[in-house]
Amino acid sequence: MQQRRKIRYLIAFVLMTAGILVLLLCNIGIGTVKIPLTEILTTGRTKEGMNARILWEIRFPRTLATGILGGALALAGYLLQTFFHNPIAGPFVLGISSGAKMVVALVMVFLLGNTIRVSSGLLILAAFLGAMLSMGFVLLMARKVDSMSMLVVSGVMIGYICSAITELVVTFAEDADIVNLHNWSRGSFSGMTWDNVKVMSIVVAVTFLMVILLAKPLEAYQLGETYAQNLGVNIRTLRILLVVLSSVLSACIVAFAGPISFVGIAVPQLIRKLFGTTKPLLMIPACFLGGSVFCLFCDLLARTWMAPTELGISTVTAIFGAPVVLWIMVSKSRRERG
Amino acid sequence: MKTQKPYYITTEKMSVGYDGKPLIEEVDIKLRKGEILTLLGPNGAGKSTILKSIARQLSLIGGTVRLDGEDMRTLTGAELSKKMAVVMTKRLRGELMTCEDVVATGRYPYTGRFGVLRAEDHAAVQNAMELVQVAEIGDSLFDRISDGQRQRVMLARAICQEPEILILDEPTSYLDVRHKLEFLSILQKLCRERALTVILSLHELELAEKISDRILCVNGRAVDRIGTPEEVMTAGYITELYCIRMGSYDEGSSDMELAAPEGVPQVFVIAGAGSGRKAYRRLQRAGIPFVTGILYENDLDYPVAKVLAAEVIAECPFEPVSQEKIQAAKKQLEKCNRVICCRENFGSLETYQRELLEYAEQLGKQIEKPESPEQQRGC
Repeated sequence: MQQRRKIRYLIAFVLMTAGILVLLLCNIGIGTVKIPLTEILTTGRTKEGMNARILWEIRFPRTLATGILGGALALAGYLLQTFFHNPIAGPFVLGISSGAKMVVALVMVFLLGNTIRVSSGLLILAAFLGAMLSMGFVLLMARKVDSMSMLVVSGVMIGYICSAITELVVTFAEDADIVNLHNWSRGSFSGMTWDNVKVMSIVVAVTFLMVILLAKPLEAYQLGETYAQNLGVNIRTLRILLVVLSSVLSACIVAFAGPISFVGIAVPQLIRKLFGTTKPLLMIPACFLGGSVFCLFCDLLARTWMAPTELGISTVTAIFGAPVVLWIMVSKSRRERG
Repeated sequence: MKTQKPYYITTEKMSVGYDGKPLIEEVDIKLRKGEILTLLGPNGAGKSTILKSIARQLSLIGGTVRLDGEDMRTLTGAELSKKMAVVMTKRLRGELMTCEDVVATGRYPYTGRFGVLRAEDHAAVQNAMELVQVAEIGDSLFDRISDGQRQRVMLARAICQEPEILILDEPTSYLDVRHKLEFLSILQKLCRERALTVILSLHELELAEKISDRILCVNGRAVDRIGTPEEVMTAGYITELYCIRMGSYDEGSSDMELAAPEGVPQVFVIAGAGSGRKAYRRLQRAGIPFVTGILYENDLDYPVAKVLAAEVIAECPFEPVSQEKIQAAKKQLEKCNRVICCRENFGSLETYQRELLEYAEQLGKQIEKPESPEQQRGC
């Protein structure tokens, strides 16, 4: 049994890594301009010509960012699901993405209006504040309501309020400079720069390492607080760390790509089924890889499906993610009934 | 005189409760290694609150708890986790976890930074599972096993933690009789062989009396009694502790009976030597008030008769049955229209029983004989 499980984990990891490699190449090669595989491999050295510029300035950073942010998104979802012991929690449904979006929009409109350059770091900080703000509300609600679905409903409501405020700001700030803002506020991986990629890599890498270090207490926390405490876990510290880390991850995604729906819920659930376990030490890297695969796939579709029109990333993630969420809820209620 | 081991766990003037409001005050527990303390009391009396406070799940409102002489508040979570394990009523969340995974979580205090199990941890998991006989369901999902198995897996998990003291909140509540007995037998074995100290709450009074070295009774306001089972389980105490209004509990025999039928007695039961209990209970179920006699007060039938019969005609043990009692019995018999004789034969000293039966025949009463005589024969 132990042996069989190890083989299963190994196959799952190999499959996902292979998926990432294939999707990376597809994302880089496919688009309005098709670039063959041989050219992708040679351009790394020459960096010359039209195609090389497309690759280096547009496709490479965008693809990398999609992979990194997709992984971060799934991981944020996993942390929130663990924190709330709720399988349908995620940064989007709990309104954390929308809170981050709201503060980022306010900051951008204010700064652009005063012609100040907006740095990646500042955006992340703004998004983090917004994420914490929403998280605070969700935590307050979590103390008042004990049902899983009510928590999600209150999260969705917080999301609506934040989105409404964002829309208001964007509408009244209609200006050439912030046309991008409109695009961004609906979620998109377009327009990533190498500078963005650098910042997000650092933030996500550090957060990821910290999450990995929490794998052991997280495993105990999954059993329920009574047992975790008896095993010597400091529940308070762990809960604070979980809130901060999931907010940092959500903030990072929103700062660069805007709110993206369903990845945070659907991916951890699919990974759980794929691995047949909830062991955090496996789930953390697996969710990250799974999120990367899912987002690379969705972004590829978003760019190419209705080309030359690019779809919003959430449009695609919803098509694939929402059925997964419905399936979770149906199978859960069936299990509870009998 | 044998020198006594020092106390392993003591609570001194411990007050427990929620949100700073004391529910039960002045709890003084003293327990040596290898002893079992059982908490008894009605639902909501504060048994769980005391257990949670000892396990540090709830902060104390007052007093101190000492473990091996040390104030428990000074222990870190990691230190405490190697000394104390819990099995609580709240279900453990075990989504997609096999029973072996659940048991393995008990190794948490001993594993490294990432919680990866080493060979000795696997061995400890196996040992614990074999000890409570769940090794064969190690690969089953924890969500899919029966309550009885689940409780044993939880016990294996706690054993894996290699604790010195084990806290269990109503561990036998959902188990059938076989699993109740098995579960408590394993606990008793652990106490004897590993000098494990156990504090648990139970609803099964009869089992509590048998397994406990000490019993603590809480009634929702205070600790009512604490002591050995013999000191605590005195006649009539359980009725008082649980405020029993309908039915009865006999501390001597651990027998529970439903409320006696009310009204004028209609049946006279001639019983003795334990032959009458079934008839008494049958009459109770039918709601027919009855009189029974003549019983010695140490007869097996006596405790049941006392709580179910409208009147028992009884004689002091090892004394000849007096004429007075025989006359009283005859008087009652006259008033009843049915007579049930549970006895096939009477012993040579039971002339009074024979006299009663003959009197009933003389009066022309309807006399019912036992249905399965081989079980109810006298000596």
